[in-house]
Amino acid sequence: MQKKLLTVSVVAAFAALALAGCGKEEPKPAPKAEAPAAPAAPPPPPQIVVKIGHVAPLTGNIAHLGKDNENGARLAVDDLNAMGIAVDGKKLVFELVGEDDQADPKTGTVVAQKLVDAKVNAVVGHLNSGTTIPASKIYNDAGIAQISPSATNPTYTQQGFKTAFRVMANDVQQGSVLGSYAAKSLNAKTVAIIDDRTAYGQGLADEVEKAAKAGGAAVVAREFTKNDATDFTAILTKIKGKKPDVIFYGGMDAQAGPMLKQIKTLGIKTKFLTGDGGCSPEMIKLAGDASEGVYCSQAGLPLDKMPRGADFEKRYKAKFNTDVQIYSPYSYDAVLVIADAIKRANSADPAKIVAELPNTATEGVTGKVQFDDKGDVKNGAITVYTVKGGKLDVLEVQGGSLVAKAEAAVKDAVKDAKEAAKEAAGDAAKAVGQAATAVGQEAKKVEEAVKK
Amino acid sequence: MTFHPEIFLQQIINGLVLGSIYALVALGYTMVYGILGLINFAHGEVVMIGALTALSVILALHGAAPDLPAALFILAGTLVAIPVTMALGYTIERVAYRPLRNAPRLAPLITAIGVSIVLQNVALLVWGRSYRSWPPILPTTPHTILGANITDLQIFIVLAAAAIMAGLMLLVNKTKLGRAMRATAENPAVAGLMGVNVNVIISVTFVIGAALGAIAGVMVSANYQIAHYYMGFILGLKAFTAAVLGGIGNLAGAMLGGLLLGLIESLGAGYIGDLTGGFLGSHYQDVFAFFVLIVVLIFRPSGLVGERVAERA
Repeated sequence: MQKKLLTVSVVAAFAALALAGCGKEEPKPAPKAEAPAAPAAPPPPPQIVVKIGHVAPLTGNIAHLGKDNENGARLAVDDLNAMGIAVDGKKLVFELVGEDDQADPKTGTVVAQKLVDAKVNAVVGHLNSGTTIPASKIYNDAGIAQISPSATNPTYTQQGFKTAFRVMANDVQQGSVLGSYAAKSLNAKTVAIIDDRTAYGQGLADEVEKAAKAGGAAVVAREFTKNDATDFTAILTKIKGKKPDVIFYGGMDAQAGPMLKQIKTLGIKTKFLTGDGGCSPEMIKLAGDASEGVYCSQAGLPLDKMPRGADFEKRYKAKFNTDVQIYSPYSYDAVLVIADAIKRANSADPAKIVAELPNTATEGVTGKVQFDDKGDVKNGAITVYTVKGGKLDVLEVQGGSLVAKAEAAVKDAVKDAKEAAKEAAGDAAKAVGQAATAVGQEAKKVEEAVKK
Repeated sequence: MTFHPEIFLQQIINGLVLGSIYALVALGYTMVYGILGLINFAHGEVVMIGALTALSVILALHGAAPDLPAALFILAGTLVAIPVTMALGYTIERVAYRPLRNAPRLAPLITAIGVSIVLQNVALLVWGRSYRSWPPILPTTPHTILGANITDLQIFIVLAAAAIMAGLMLLVNKTKLGRAMRATAENPAVAGLMGVNVNVIISVTFVIGAALGAIAGVMVSANYQIAHYYMGFILGLKAFTAAVLGGIGNLAGAMLGGLLLGLIESLGAGYIGDLTGGFLGSHYQDVFAFFVLIVVLIFRPSGLVGERVAERA
């Protein structure tokens, strides 16, 4: 009897562990959209109403971020209406249709269908990757453009949807910045990488590994933990034996915090680097003083580093009487990008907006927005932070269209000047003259670029 | 691959500390099983409630008087957590197990899992969803022995696990109460006829097991500096595995099984990758631990030191 019970119990334990192992299944976006939505019925001239759908969680524990996104979009809509854009001789009247997805994938698909039924011309949203990805199928089926200001999971734009765009760097871009930051800025010759085996952690860690190797650093240990683990001593001790220059962790703050404490107890003095999942005040709270000197990154620019950030912040505060959270400059830009596409297409027809979006080159608050062939923003900015005095401190910004452009222009100017000097080696006077002209011209270009 | 003796020693220490934590929790499982033949799956949750209660007390005390010595904080937390879990253990037995004592053996197993889910959700309501971290009261500077690091707390955990096991063995084998417990384990009906109050003995067993759970909870959360509502589940599962590995129902077996599981996990995670040339990585540490468990159960079905307990009618 006892033995039988024991067997049953062991089986039960295994079953429980197996259950614990399976993650939550992503709800499938069940509702099917009908045939591509008809273009917004053109109301009697001289004006066209352009409905822009906006989705973010407006209730629940990240409601403050959702409201922030909506405010950014609202500010853009008001600005566009004040500007008075005309298409085909008719004035465009922009209208924001705000919806709440509660950060819940199921609700996300429901409100997506609601926006499709309301015949919006384009959508800005959603906030979370978890809601953006299932909703993207509904917008794709309806042929409506979707621009997310904040979803970073690479899958969103890798589903082959012509309608899916984002104005924020994805986790692949973040991973490559982190990897090259480790190799170049932190001068790491050897890197140890740990991930938590989730889609986010593993994906980010893989990208970091690639970029670190490309940057000339060797990966001396690739270790794994789980997103519910608390004991990391075994893998950390193994890493200690490999003496890496940098440890990277792909995962969330709930593990990064205790991990940092154990690193300290084990007497490991290696630099610690992590992605946006661990780059939070929560990580600092959990790790205490062990978080001091940690490097971590977040997708996006800090507000004061954005080309028109200061102006945006001032007008946002004046209008909504509250502080900018994180993503509102990006939702503002997403609306501008849509308006730009309408201008170029000379039509507010959803299908024509979708067709025009890949040609985007809009100067927004966050810099110049351009999309690659997948719909990801080109040169998306990543900000690297370090923990100093228990707070996240901006260390440097990588990427970002403006920075990249200015850098390229400077490089070109230097190259041209060098070449000019070489060519004119025979004629010193001419060379000086030529080089001076070239430098002058390029300098002007740089100046223009920066001004933009 | 070069062999670093100090890294090996560190892995042994990691394994011993982790193993002692498993053993502390496993003792609670094995005690109840030894008397009742019941796997108390809610024990992991009792550990969690103990940890969170103690942490709340410590946080409140730290807010009022931050300069007290660390040992005093832990003592105060534990002293409040023990009666809370004792009451909890008594209630669980009274409400969920006693009415099912003569039911088929699977029924209390299912209620045990039910109780565990209820307790998790109660903790979720009381303490919230997020991780709660300890205030910085414990000395973090470790002692270095031959290149390996160990903290005061970790030394204390290893010693406490051994002391508690020894104490329990004395209680069960040398005292009057222990004799009554063993009699109940042997045959509750006959023990009742001999003047043993079976209900009281079983309640006492649960209450002692729950008190051990509180101590284990405080030690675990102090070691990792965090506590949250879900911590009992994985811990309980691992401790249960440790108890089965050593021979469930046997106190020394729980200790042995816990230490062995801790060592297998830490050496497994530390060396599998290099020994297999990267073919198997540290994500196989649980697979490795369960593989050892299966092998042991095939050759010694009652665990490493478990004796074949007399069949109960």
